[in-house]
Amino acid sequence: MIEAVGLTKRYGKTLAVDNLSFSVPSGRVTGFLGPNGAGKSTTMRMILGLDTPTGGTALIDGKRYRDLQQPLRTVGALLDAKWVHPNRSARAHLQWLARSNRLPAKRVDEVLEIVGLTSVAGKRAGGFSLGMSQRLGIAAALLGDPQVLLFDEPVNGLDPEGILWIRKFMHRLAEEGRTVFVSSHLLSEMALTAQELVVIGRGKLISQSSTEDFVTQATENTVRVRSPQLAPLRSALGKLGVSIRDEGEALVVSGMDCADIGELAAREGVVLHELSPQRGSLEEAFMQLTGDSVEYHTEIAEPGVPATLTTAGK
Amino acid sequence: MSLLAAERIKLFSTRSPWACGLLAVALPVGFTALLAAQAGDQIDATVANTQITTNLGRAVVLVLAALAVTSEYRFGTIRSTFQAVPNRVTALTAKATVVAAVTAVIGALVGFGCWGVFRAIHAGADLALTGAEDWRPVAGQALVFALTGLLALGVGILVRQTAGAVALLLVYSLLVESLVQLIPKIGDDIQRWLPFFAADRFIGATGDDAANRSDLPLSPWGYLAYFAAISLVVLAAGIATAARRDA
Ligand SMILES: Nc1ncnc2c1ncn2[C@@H]1O[C@H](COP(=O)(O)OP(=O)(O)O)[C@@H](O)[C@H]1O
Ligand SMILES: [Mg+2]
Repeated sequence: MIEAVGLTKRYGKTLAVDNLSFSVPSGRVTGFLGPNGAGKSTTMRMILGLDTPTGGTALIDGKRYRDLQQPLRTVGALLDAKWVHPNRSARAHLQWLARSNRLPAKRVDEVLEIVGLTSVAGKRAGGFSLGMSQRLGIAAALLGDPQVLLFDEPVNGLDPEGILWIRKFMHRLAEEGRTVFVSSHLLSEMALTAQELVVIGRGKLISQSSTEDFVTQATENTVRVRSPQLAPLRSALGKLGVSIRDEGEALVVSGMDCADIGELAAREGVVLHELSPQRGSLEEAFMQLTGDSVEYHTEIAEPGVPATLTTAGK
Repeated sequence: MSLLAAERIKLFSTRSPWACGLLAVALPVGFTALLAAQAGDQIDATVANTQITTNLGRAVVLVLAALAVTSEYRFGTIRSTFQAVPNRVTALTAKATVVAAVTAVIGALVGFGCWGVFRAIHAGADLALTGAEDWRPVAGQALVFALTGLLALGVGILVRQTAGAVALLLVYSLLVESLVQLIPKIGDDIQRWLPFFAADRFIGATGDDAANRSDLPLSPWGYLAYFAAISLVVLAAGIATAARRDA
């Protein structure tokens, strides 16, 4: 169980994390979702006591990280797979970590086996592919057989096979009753990986709910209406207070289903050329929710590409 | 003890400390051999004067000790270190202990190596280690090297970048301290309070003019204590800074 209470971090003028409170339950995979720059990594560093919060606290099973005895036995984390000395072998990397927390030497071989790196354990970590580095990072996180696990964007840059492996692995860890907290900037990925979601934008909490609830809520259904007589239809809908988006030839209506719109059109004597239910895509919905919070919008938007879509593909 | 073991594994599981260690011993011993063979007759045959080239080893030890921590910052392993041992004072003290032990061994090898090689080549001179005055410059290298290592570790923690820390340490120890002497009037007065000058006075080789000065404020052991104080203050400043700032 991880708990953040009013976590705040300021770097000079940047307010990276802003009064963030959430809790991460055990026995589930909890996704930590937010666009790039939302403050996910900063939050994780504060949970691990690496960065000191400007305000608030993060607690693990009720304790601050720095008060944990031999913390690798309680919390395992993979923040960045590149945090390994390139000239050190995978085994030596795990050996020093194990010794620092008085973990038995045979545990090193066990975790190497679990992540499937036994055959390359003696090789320099600098020669590893991203997928192998990721596995080495996971091995390090598992060393102390911890109940709480944190992973920062673990699937970034991995091939589909690697992504699937990590996803299954997280599920297994949660099924064993552990607390698994994993960040990502992709809702589509999190929808497959996480059962719970903590969503942030610009350092602020946007929502905490089950993934299912978040997705239903986020992908609110809309109806597309095409008609040669849009003006009277728009004013009739307007009176009912539903939200309407204009798309030139058509209107996109949310908060009213096809049947009701069709009946309204008949009453108003409006001819319809199209009346079709639309299901929003996950990423679109996510972008809509965090839209105001996307920090780099304009910087990364290419001409002609809607700004709201660019972060999703990054 | 487990923290010392962890730091020992870290230090010995990459190549550069081995390379530095080897170089730190081979350079001064090699140059001492050359010196003894070529100019043995022009140097006063005292035990302290077998140690004239040891500064070469000290310079390499500066690099070794600074790298022990700057490479952790460079590759991000300092975060794993603090994750494993959240009490940063404890974590860095363990590292300092291992660095001190390793550099002390290097210092001893340098001290006895240079003395042995000089004595073997320049067989005519009486260079037996008979009293405390003879043992100090030879065995004392272990102390000087260990303190040098701690000073460099402290600078490494403060600076964090390898290039910056190494440049600062080498330029300071090899150039700045001797250039200070050129400042009119006060140069000499400043120089006698500089850390590596102090370390040299503890060894007491007469290779440079300064050593022949009779107006020095401290005894050899006094100078060692002074050098130790400076090294430990720099190290403590580094550890205190690392404990406060974001990793
Ligand atoms: N060490 C730091 N110094 C200054 N600014 C930082 C630092 N770390 C993160 N930031 C800033 O804080 C914000 C959040 O960053 P980060 O936590 O990395 O976001 P995320 O992981 O969600 O992409 C960004 O604006 C980033 O530039
Ligand atoms: Mg990040």
